[in-house]
Amino acid sequence: MKLDAELRFAVADLYATYAACIDDGRFEEWPELFTDDAWYRIVARENYDRDLPLSVVSLKGKPMMRDRVYGISSTIFHAPYYQRHIISTPLLFVSEEAVVHATANYAVFRTKRDMDADIYNIGQYLDEIVSTEGGLRFRKKFCVYDNDIIPNSLIYPV
Amino acid sequence: MSLDNMTQPDWLDDGSSRIPSAVYTDPAIYQRELERIFYGPHWSYVGLEIEVPEAGCFKRTAIGERSVIMVRNRKGEINVLENRCAHRAMRFCQERTGKVKTFVCPYHQWNYNYDGKLLGVPFKNGVKGKGGMPEDFQLEDHGLNVLKCTVRNGVVFACFDHEVEPLEEYIGSDILSAFDRTFDGRKLTLLGYSRQRIPGNWKLMMENIKDPYHPGLLHTWFVTFGLWRADNESRLKLDKHSRHAAMISRRSASVSGNIEEGVTSFRANMQLGEPLLLDIVHEDWWGEDTVCMTTIFPNVIFQQQVNSVSTRQIIPLGPDKFDFVWTHFGFEDDDEEMTERRLRQANLFGPAGFVSADDGEVIEFSQEGFEQDRDFSTMCELGGRDVGETDHMVTETLIRGMYRYWRKVMEA
Repeated sequence: MKLDAELRFAVADLYATYAACIDDGRFEEWPELFTDDAWYRIVARENYDRDLPLSVVSLKGKPMMRDRVYGISSTIFHAPYYQRHIISTPLLFVSEEAVVHATANYAVFRTKRDMDADIYNIGQYLDEIVSTEGGLRFRKKFCVYDNDIIPNSLIYPV
Repeated sequence: MSLDNMTQPDWLDDGSSRIPSAVYTDPAIYQRELERIFYGPHWSYVGLEIEVPEAGCFKRTAIGERSVIMVRNRKGEINVLENRCAHRAMRFCQERTGKVKTFVCPYHQWNYNYDGKLLGVPFKNGVKGKGGMPEDFQLEDHGLNVLKCTVRNGVVFACFDHEVEPLEEYIGSDILSAFDRTFDGRKLTLLGYSRQRIPGNWKLMMENIKDPYHPGLLHTWFVTFGLWRADNESRLKLDKHSRHAAMISRRSASVSGNIEEGVTSFRANMQLGEPLLLDIVHEDWWGEDTVCMTTIFPNVIFQQQVNSVSTRQIIPLGPDKFDFVWTHFGFEDDDEEMTERRLRQANLFGPAGFVSADDGEVIEFSQEGFEQDRDFSTMCELGGRDVGETDHMVTETLIRGMYRYWRKVMEA
């Protein structure tokens, strides 16, 4: 894979699709943006920086991601909220194995009913993206968040 | 009106089964809690010894609203020092963890060792014979505030009041056995932290873990997979003051349908896409019990939920807010597979956990209810109005126990 304009557009599309899917609450479509054995992880910066392996969410493979989606929709009681992602232009690097290593800043705003919007989760995506028959997919997505005191709970993917 | 009148909420009776809203909302009551509970003769959890592996390694945390530093000294002992410079009160330590040669307050470079002793101050003797400290200034009079500190099997507790009873007596033999079951002296390994800020009174989190009634109702995972159900074999233990408690239970080997009609969180057809999420492997130290939740008043919960072990620390931030800090750990003899298993099961716990994200949420909404009706009293009368140990979980006796003790301390 060559890091050309076409690839940059395709990656930008992947991020736009990702954000739209979880910001619109179409969570059942969210695992489909990953490869079958992808690793999705939300991890506090203090753990990540110190090589402490604990994540706040760590899902390996699509079935585990679907379990999370079931949890969101059916088992975890929580106040309803909207979330909006703002994602920076990713910094890209293509490895010899044709894996796109992408780093992007993200900001997630949360708006609960009757409340002002909060700056909810701020961090960095450390991603690996590969080309599949269905298009680009995440094979690894680490959401490393800086504001590590989570405002009460974290339910949806970020 | 005197402070005393202000801080005496209207309890409906002499007991502790109806708790008035003011206990969760009143700033004067909260101030008295800080003084009598957090800064009084009660041991607070500070951390795990493994968090400060070498001399000069420190961790910053808090007891009540006072910032403290846990540090290992050159002799290998653990000290807990108040993070407040003896000069201008600065909270000189801002990093969460690190390793230092000495603690230096950046403002005027007062310099302290790991035991909190003041080593030196610039311009002590003035400059060119002018200025400087008074002649009676002694370095030894201006050390950091050193807390009383005890380490038991790798777990560090501290107290501002040096007259506090020994930790073992404070916890009491019954609850100590629950503590020692997990912390038996084996070396621990640190897996990491989760932090959440919950907009509710700090005691609501203690109540949540003294309430064996809710998990089999609120938490689908517990009831559906048999991890915590009202029909599981279980027992509740208390210390003699009824301030600490342990909820102990055994996972049902087979879950045969709903416990009774009306438990709507039970999902007969729920199946995991990834069964590894509940790949529970029995560990010898459990015995037959698969769950033990130990609450040590006032600020820590020790969790064993199958293979997930953690400490959960409460740091109050006013009557209506607290930080909840989870420290997940394992044991030195864990193989890679067990570590991976503990990390996987950690998906159930913490701010995003399948069975704990909603605890923070319900606490937030309880707090809102207390705020909106200051004349309300909450009702904790499941299993009666008295306090005692039980061999079942259909009771709120542990909550009543905590408030019986709380009233003793707060109304003295």
